[in-house]
Amino acid sequence: MKSLRYFKRRTINNTIFFLSYASAVIGVAILLLILLYTVIKGASAINLDFFIKLPRPTGVPGGGIANALVGTFMVVGIASAIAIPVGVMAGIYLSEFGNNKFAPFIRYLADVLNSIPSIVTGVVAYVFVVLPMHRFSALAGGVALSIMMIPIITRTSEELIRMVPDTIREAALALGTPQWKVIIFIVLRTAAAGIATGVMLAVARVGGETAPLLFTAFNNSFMSVRPDQPISTMTVLIYNYASSPYADWNAMAWGAAFVLIVIVLIANIVSKIFTKTKYAL
Amino acid sequence: MTKKLIIEHLNAWFGSVQALKDINLNIEENSVTAVIGPSGCGKTTFVRCLNRIHEVVDNARISGKVLLDGEDIYASTSDPVLVRRRIGMVFQKPNPFPTMSIFDNVAAGIRLNGIKKKNEIADAVERSIKMAALWDEVKDKLYKSATALSGGQQQRLCIARTIAVEPEVILMDEPASALDPISTAHIEELMQQIKDKYTIVIVTHNMQQAARVSDYTGFFLLGELIEFSKTPDMFTNPGDKRTEDYITGRFG
Repeated sequence: MKSLRYFKRRTINNTIFFLSYASAVIGVAILLLILLYTVIKGASAINLDFFIKLPRPTGVPGGGIANALVGTFMVVGIASAIAIPVGVMAGIYLSEFGNNKFAPFIRYLADVLNSIPSIVTGVVAYVFVVLPMHRFSALAGGVALSIMMIPIITRTSEELIRMVPDTIREAALALGTPQWKVIIFIVLRTAAAGIATGVMLAVARVGGETAPLLFTAFNNSFMSVRPDQPISTMTVLIYNYASSPYADWNAMAWGAAFVLIVIVLIANIVSKIFTKTKYAL
Repeated sequence: MTKKLIIEHLNAWFGSVQALKDINLNIEENSVTAVIGPSGCGKTTFVRCLNRIHEVVDNARISGKVLLDGEDIYASTSDPVLVRRRIGMVFQKPNPFPTMSIFDNVAAGIRLNGIKKKNEIADAVERSIKMAALWDEVKDKLYKSATALSGGQQQRLCIARTIAVEPEVILMDEPASALDPISTAHIEELMQQIKDKYTIVIVTHNMQQAARVSDYTGFFLLGELIEFSKTPDMFTNPGDKRTEDYITGRFG
């Protein structure tokens, strides 16, 4: 009787162990397949021209995605310029002054904003930026992406600023330092590595977004660095080229996908390095 | 002797819990005053009221007067930031700024108070670390992270950081309770060396420490000041039965 119960328990244990192990393998395998497939398909499209030339019409060999590379950096740069100050300051508010009835409401709103479908943020930027300007623009794309970044940065900043121990705040206050200086020069500095991590993760997250850019940044076949003009981005380029019927454009899309994955990977790795510096909490 | 701090009818609360009840005592200039008593008796709250850091905690309240050189630090015209520049504090657990070097830790207070001249800052840092009896141990690694120091060194660094802004009074909240005996001895020695320049108030759990380092001792129990007198008198001839019971180890 006892051995039968033992046998049963061991069987269940082994089954559950096998299932969870298999799930983990499947999860990692899919990721590896995507990476492998992108590398195989994309790497062959990569050469120096790919980074420094503009796209060419289908059938014309050569050409690159220089304008999309510049465009992605520009749109993400505009988004960061808006989202980092707003997000970090909101995080400061929630952690340092968030002991009131209003703060949980903001916290909840940030979480809701975080889960809004990205196409909706595109629509919002379309209504509030594209329509008044009568034009698609890099600025509109940046605004759309910043709407996605703000809640991510707000919540990670709040968590990391909250992790700074109160003993540090009191040590600074006891030196006769005004509270605003304590927050900026002591608390923020102590949390800086963590906040940088949050920012990099947010950048990595929005860098791969297509939907919010389709009708905000739109597209541009030429090199543009003007924020008030439509601009090409890598994700929209991939979307257009991958869904086109032309084999050479499809190959370009794979190449661009490969480059994009590498960029996002670098952003993630940089954020990991930030968290491991000797000055991290 | 002049009275540096005069505490009159001081009461302190956390929410509805009263932590201090009608405290009256005087703190002499250039002396070491020890505050002893069992856990939860209000010793820490008492010193935290003296530099207005008590009120930083949510729901913390206070009533009464604390006169610093005759002026009430709780007067409506008094600025807590300026009070804290004159009354520094060393905390129970060493709390150096973790992202800063040893040098930057000591310089932090001076820099935050607006002094920018590099040589002035460097002089103050060296002077403070020397005064905290830490110079020989850290002079070769001033730009290394402060968190790499041992607990005792970190606490002396915190004392140096406090001295650097040149306060008049230094409050020490069980500064040696987390340290080994040798580090404790370092800090006690240090207090003797600096007391001719500063007025020191030290909270301690350790009655031997109070007897060794202090000129005056106050005994707190359940938020009340039971007895306050010269340290030798307190330990040889306590005036209150409860003080006697506590210092002879009958409770606490």
